[in-house]
Amino acid sequence: MSASRNRELLALVPVALLLTAGFAAVFAQNDNQLTNLSLSYGLYFLAICLATHIYIRIRLPNADPYLFPLMALLTAFGLVMLYRLDAEMGSELARDQANWFVLGLILFAVVIHFFRDYSVLERYRYTIALISLGLLMAPRLPVIGSQVNGAYLGISLGPISFQPAELAKIGIVIFLASYLREHRELLVVGARRFLGITFPPLKHLGPLLVVWGAAMFMLIFIRDLGSSLMFFAAFLALIYVATGRLSFVIIGMAMFLAGAWVIYHTVPHVTDRVDIWLDPYQDPSGAGYQILQSMFAMADGGLFGEGFAQAMVVIPGTDAPLLPAAQTDLIYTLITSELGLFGACAIIATYLLVAARGFKVALLANDGFSKLLATGLTTVFAFQAFVIIGGVTRVIPLTGVTLPLVSYGGSSILANFILLALLLLISDRARREAREGI
Amino acid sequence: MNARIIKLFAFIGVTFAVLVGFTSYWTVFDANNLKNERVNKRPLFEAQKIKRGRILASDGTVIARSVAKGSGPSLRYVRRYPEGGTYGHPIGYSFVEYGNSEFEAYHNSELIGDENEFSSIFDELRGKDPEGDDVFTSIDPNAQATAFSLLGDQPGAVVAIEPSTGAIKAMVSVPPFDPNSVPTDFSALNQDPGAPMVNRVTQGQYPPGSTFKLVTATAALDSGAITPDDTINAPGSIQIQGHPLANDFDQDFGDINVTTALTNSVNTYFAQLGEKIGTGTLEEYMDRFGFNQKPQLDLPDGQMSLSGVFDNGTLLTGDDAIDVGRLAIGQERLLATPIQMAEVAAAIANDGDLMRPQIWSEVRDPDGRTVKKMDPEKQSDVMSEQTAEELTSAMKDVVNEGTGTAAALSGVDVAGKTGTAEIPDVERCNGLPNQAWFIGFAPADDPQIAVAATVECTEGQGGTVAAPIAAGVMQTLLGE
Repeated sequence: MSASRNRELLALVPVALLLTAGFAAVFAQNDNQLTNLSLSYGLYFLAICLATHIYIRIRLPNADPYLFPLMALLTAFGLVMLYRLDAEMGSELARDQANWFVLGLILFAVVIHFFRDYSVLERYRYTIALISLGLLMAPRLPVIGSQVNGAYLGISLGPISFQPAELAKIGIVIFLASYLREHRELLVVGARRFLGITFPPLKHLGPLLVVWGAAMFMLIFIRDLGSSLMFFAAFLALIYVATGRLSFVIIGMAMFLAGAWVIYHTVPHVTDRVDIWLDPYQDPSGAGYQILQSMFAMADGGLFGEGFAQAMVVIPGTDAPLLPAAQTDLIYTLITSELGLFGACAIIATYLLVAARGFKVALLANDGFSKLLATGLTTVFAFQAFVIIGGVTRVIPLTGVTLPLVSYGGSSILANFILLALLLLISDRARREAREGI
Repeated sequence: MNARIIKLFAFIGVTFAVLVGFTSYWTVFDANNLKNERVNKRPLFEAQKIKRGRILASDGTVIARSVAKGSGPSLRYVRRYPEGGTYGHPIGYSFVEYGNSEFEAYHNSELIGDENEFSSIFDELRGKDPEGDDVFTSIDPNAQATAFSLLGDQPGAVVAIEPSTGAIKAMVSVPPFDPNSVPTDFSALNQDPGAPMVNRVTQGQYPPGSTFKLVTATAALDSGAITPDDTINAPGSIQIQGHPLANDFDQDFGDINVTTALTNSVNTYFAQLGEKIGTGTLEEYMDRFGFNQKPQLDLPDGQMSLSGVFDNGTLLTGDDAIDVGRLAIGQERLLATPIQMAEVAAAIANDGDLMRPQIWSEVRDPDGRTVKKMDPEKQSDVMSEQTAEELTSAMKDVVNEGTGTAAALSGVDVAGKTGTAEIPDVERCNGLPNQAWFIGFAPADDPQIAVAATVECTEGQGGTVAAPIAAGVMQTLLGE
């Protein structure tokens, strides 16, 4: 449907404008530090966007027109911030990120090519679930596993490091969507009321307990409250959408909180993380440094921000970080510091729009698996943004997940473009069927 | 399922609203608190990007300047003090890690150029780095050097004031500190038992001894309690508040007037005079001289001490039980800073008007244009011109034939008063018992300079130890 595609092309214009303005501003500020070549990364990015648009036009003409431009917008936002960090630190983050973006879009094309009929995924759901769990555990393996700030989120194979949770989140959503599509009737029909609360039948409570157990296991095993929260929230969201039983969500949440409370008191790393969240001033130059610097940098931002490339990320005259992990964990802080509350709201609004389009895909889908898959993918994407933004703004304890598409990181870019590919596949089928009157 | 998907979306909208709420809390509502947080070094780093103005001595000698380090985004400025410890007090230091102190702290807004908001906006538009204004002081490098060489390594303080303007010409505290060494030796300097970081001129609280008799004499003459010709019998020893109080060597002076009493620093005369005028009148004149309040000098309040009668660190008032007989001779838990005693001399020198003491003299912008000049300001009317004349003539006698002969200069009449007080915590001084003082001014008939000099922990007397130091500094300043 060419009308959709034309809208998509039009929606890429703001992306191009943001990128051009951002790169030009950073370049103008730091022309002595940056090579002229660096400006071409922006053009390179826009060319790839255009190529992807043409590919979608050919292969998925009916797909949602706004999802790709919105995600490209987030990527462009991240690219500008990374380019700005390059200007200060002499790194090549923007170039690397643009390369990952190309790789992500190749993967995007591959997924669209081979999974046009994505219902085959249902057949392999247990395999996918096992692989995903394996990926989550990988950071605890000897040799390849790596620990950052006490959490086990990454694996490194030689020079390449990877955050397997990024890919695992998609696998787990596929499994849950498929499993719940099949069992949702049973979960509802056999339910009993006890003390005014509806409990699912015991034999079907098993899977719920398994997923709860998995979330708790993750909390203990990879010690990351954020990703554990993200997975469990996506799971509860899917259960709710699948069964319509709010009581399941409440029971699940109660179980999560109870489990988290016990782990808080028994796993020292989690205890430290939570204590620092509650009172970062207890160790302002150690464990509390990152979150305090995040708050201080946001305070400097105010309503309108200090302007592109104006915030301090290192202690002047040294290499010591003033905003530790500004390219990953604290990229939202950096945006807030330079573009102010308004810039921060723009980012949050963009995520909300992605969520709106993702749920729109779910609403239009005709079969249960498609609906649940689109809902799950959208939810996990939105919750990931919540977990890291909530972390740096002290809504919840700070953890090391990436801000989807904005943070520097290959695995995040690759995984989120696979996620986008699946959403567009679902969307294309639903809208095609609607048009053909099926 | 669709209705539930919409509810789920609404829930996500709510969680995102929480994110917006927290972000606006940190960026807007709590921003000022965060900026003032002690562990937040960002405002200091921000200040480091500004080229702080220079601080200069009266002859243009550069006392403090900022030098650039790095370039581009990592450009920052670091403070250098070319004269080392000579101006450590009262200039202080300015370093990002340790903050600002003394003059650097008090004049911070001029030094970082905060005062000219408009030109800084233009500078920014022109791509010029923000730059602070230069602040000139009235400190005379020669007087500063003379004070240092005369004090030598005796702990003590010297301060010189121009009586007619309040301009500070010299301010020396020994042991000194070199502000350049603050970044490397901060904790060592602070823990040094010699307390080099303390500006003894403004923070040293010492018993003023007999120099305080000038305050008593002022109160008595100016309030009309006595005339210059009235006499009081001053025996070798008397009872005050039931305890004996004696002159040196129990010398009996007989019936003497105030001039004779000042010239020979007669304790029994002034103790009776104190009881005659009473606590209320004496405290009123102390207030006029600036006691019982922080000096109005251009230094941070936190780095200046009060002068007055203290009970375990608490300032007493005229309503408290005070032994006015002993207060009148500079005892009775009375503590005074050298700047306060210099103000006593300066007020008498300036016909009874105390001028507000100021270290700065002029602010100039980076292009050398004068932004503002110090405008001499009267702090208080202490006494009548007549009282001041009567005291001056008595103080001339002190130097010409009394306890202060060591302060005499050839060809110039000097007016002054010595003091030798017993140090309350003598253990601190390894058994050396005295706090030696001299305060005075010259030329006596047309005062150009008023000085207070004091030496801690000495076996000497005010007349032998402190008077020559004060004389040397006055001679240097008058010779120019």
